[in-house]
Amino acid sequence: MDRLTRERYVERAVWPIGRGDRNFWLSVAVLSAAVLAGLYAWIYQLRNGLGVTGLNQKVSWGFYIINCVFFIGISYGGAMTSAILRLTNAKWRAPLTRIAEATAVAALVVGAVYPIIDLGRPDRFLTIPLYAQVGSPIVWDLVAISTYILASFVFLYLPLIPDFPVALAALGDRSKFLGPLYRLLSLGWRGTLGQEKALRRGVGIMAVLIIPLAVSVHSVLALLFAVTARGGWHSTIFAPLFVLAAMLSGVAAVILVVGALRKVYGLQEFITAKHFRYLSYLLVALGVGYLYFMVSEYVTEGYLLESTTTPVLEAIFTGAYAPAFWAFSVGGLVFPLILAVAPGRFPIGRACLASVLVVAGMWLKRFLIVVPGMAEPIMPWDWGRYSPTWVEITITIGSAAAIPLILIVFFRFFPVMSVHEMDEVEGVEERARPLLVPGFAGGGDD
Amino acid sequence: MAGPVSRRQLLIGGGLGASAVVAAAAGMSPIRFEAAAESQHVHDEKPRQWAMVIDLRKCDGCKKCTEACQTEHELPQSFEWIKVFQVQDKQGRMYNMPRPCFQCENAPCLKVCPVAATFRVKDGVVLVDQDKCIGCRMCMAACPYGARYFNYNEPPAPTHPFQMKATPEHPVPQQKGTVGKCMFCVHRTAEGQLPACVEACGMEAIWLGDLVEDVATNGHETVRLSQFLKDNDAFRYKEDLGTAPRVYYIAGHGQLLDA
Repeated sequence: MDRLTRERYVERAVWPIGRGDRNFWLSVAVLSAAVLAGLYAWIYQLRNGLGVTGLNQKVSWGFYIINCVFFIGISYGGAMTSAILRLTNAKWRAPLTRIAEATAVAALVVGAVYPIIDLGRPDRFLTIPLYAQVGSPIVWDLVAISTYILASFVFLYLPLIPDFPVALAALGDRSKFLGPLYRLLSLGWRGTLGQEKALRRGVGIMAVLIIPLAVSVHSVLALLFAVTARGGWHSTIFAPLFVLAAMLSGVAAVILVVGALRKVYGLQEFITAKHFRYLSYLLVALGVGYLYFMVSEYVTEGYLLESTTTPVLEAIFTGAYAPAFWAFSVGGLVFPLILAVAPGRFPIGRACLASVLVVAGMWLKRFLIVVPGMAEPIMPWDWGRYSPTWVEITITIGSAAAIPLILIVFFRFFPVMSVHEMDEVEGVEERARPLLVPGFAGGGDD
Repeated sequence: MAGPVSRRQLLIGGGLGASAVVAAAAGMSPIRFEAAAESQHVHDEKPRQWAMVIDLRKCDGCKKCTEACQTEHELPQSFEWIKVFQVQDKQGRMYNMPRPCFQCENAPCLKVCPVAATFRVKDGVVLVDQDKCIGCRMCMAACPYGARYFNYNEPPAPTHPFQMKATPEHPVPQQKGTVGKCMFCVHRTAEGQLPACVEACGMEAIWLGDLVEDVATNGHETVRLSQFLKDNDAFRYKEDLGTAPRVYYIAGHGQLLDA
C-alpha cells in the first residue's frame, strides 16, 4: 500500500466521523423510533406482567429466549472474523475487523438484555449473584455472557487505541470536540516500540481468549435446553450445534453489515469482491458443518424414535412446524450456501442475499428449537399453542433496530476501518507513520 | 431454632453455603417450617416422608380434588395444581389420571433453579419460595410433568379478610411473576390434617402416605403402604426418567403400566 492509497484509506476510515447528513439523521430517526416503540412495549410489559405476552402455562418460553440465543449468536461474527482471522494471520481481514468487532458488541448488548426481559420478576435480577445456585444453567449463562461482554468490549477497544492519533490528525478541524475524548481513550499512545509490543501482545491474548469464551457462551445456552427431558432438547450434540449455529449466523451478519456500510460509507476501494468471496467461503464452511451436525442429530433421534422426541420430529418434518422447518433448511441453509459460492457475476450481491437468508433462517431455527420443544405434549394433553402478541413483536423489532442504530452512532465517533491493523499487515517498515499530532505529547520516534 | 441440622438441610436445599447463610440471616421460611415440623413430630426419630398413592381404578374424573385445591390455595380456574387428565389407553379405553406435583426425590426443577427458590424440606416435599423466585421459568421447562404454573397475571384477591403473609408452606395468595405448584398441603399436614385433594375425593382414590412409618390413608381406611403398593402393582409415572417421584399410581382398567 503506497502512501497515497494509505491516505485515501485513512480518509475513508474517518469519513463518517462527525458527519451528519440527511441520510444519517433520517436513519437515526427511523431506527430510534423503532427502538423507542420496543422500549414502550417493554415498559408496558413491566407494568402489566408477562400476561401481556403470548406465553402460557405450556409454552412458557418464546420470543425472548429465541431472541436471546439469536442475537448473542449474531455477535459471534466478531469472534470469528476478527479473532480467528487474526490468529491465522489472514491479511485480508484488516479493513473488516473493526466492523466485525463493533457488530459483535452491538448484538451482544442487545442479546444480553433478553434474559432480563424474559423474567417474571426483573426487579430480582440482581439477586441471582446473591443466591446463585451453581448447579443451574441460568447461572452458567450469566457468568459466561457477562465475561464474554467484557471481553468483547476490550477486544473492540484495544485495536482502537493506536487509531485515535491517526484519526485526530486526519480529521483536522472536524476533530475539535473529539480531541479530549480521543486523548482520554488513547491512554497516551505514542506508537513507541514498547507500546506497539504491548498492544500486539494484548490483542493477541484477547484474540485467543475470545474464542473459548464465545464457545462457552453458546455451549451453556444450549445446556439451558439440553439438561431438560423435553423432546428435541435433550441432545448431546446441542452444545456444539449451538456454537456452530452462532458462528454461522455471526459470519452472515458480518457480511451483511460490511455490505451495507461499504455502500453507505463509500469503502468500495478497500472492501472488494475478494473480501466477500473469502467471507462467503467462511460462511459455506460453517454452513456445511452446521448441516452435518443437524443431520447427524436428526438421524440419531429419528432412528430410535423415543416417545419424547417422536412428536417433536413429526411436528417439525411433516406437521404444524414443517413450513418453518423446510423454509429454514432449504431457503435458509442449503440454497444460500450454494448461492454464496457459485461462480458467476454479482459476488457481492449474492453474498449479501445469502447472508440475509442465513440470518433469517437461523432465527427460524431457534424458533424451531424453542417452541415445539415447549409445546410438545409431555402429559396426555393437546399441543400447546403460542402466538406472540404485539408486545413481543414490538420488542423484537425494536431490539433488531438497536443494532444498526448502535453501529451508525458508534461509527460517527470512531474510525470504521482499522488503520493500525492495515499498517501492521502491510508491514511495519514501509508504513507511513503518523505525523506529530498537536495535543499528543511526544510523537514517538518520528 | 436454626440449629446445625436445619442449616445443613438448607445447604442441601440451597446448594450453596452463601445462600444458606443469607437465607438463615434473613430468617427465611424453611427454618420456620422445620421448627413447626419438629414440634409436630416431637416423638418421631425421623421426619415423615410424605408420599401419595392415586388409585386409578376408583377415580371417576369428577375433579373435586382440583376444585378443593383451588379453594384451598385461592387459585384461578386455569391453575390445576392437581390436574385430572383423561387418558386413552392403547386399547382405546378412557381412564382418569389426577396429577399433583410428584415431589420427585431427584427433582429436575430443583436442580435448575438459579436462586434456589425451589427447595426440599425435611419431609421430602418440594416447595417454592415466591419471595425469592425470579420468574425465569426454567423449572417449568425442566419439569417433565407440567406440574408447575406461572403467575402471568395478578392472582385473585384474597378471600380471607385477615390474610396472613404468604409463606412457601402456605403460598396464599400467589405472587405475580413467580412460579407455584402443588406442595402436598404441608400447611395442613403439619396440623395433622390431610391435603385438601385427599379430603375432597369422594371416591377415596387419593391416599396420603408416610414412607417412614409405612402407612397410608385416604381418610377412611388406613393401610400398610409398602404392602398396598405391592399388592396392587403400583407404578410411578415416567419411571424411566429417573426422577423418582413420590407419587404412585394403581392401574386397574387394563392399561399398560407405563400409562
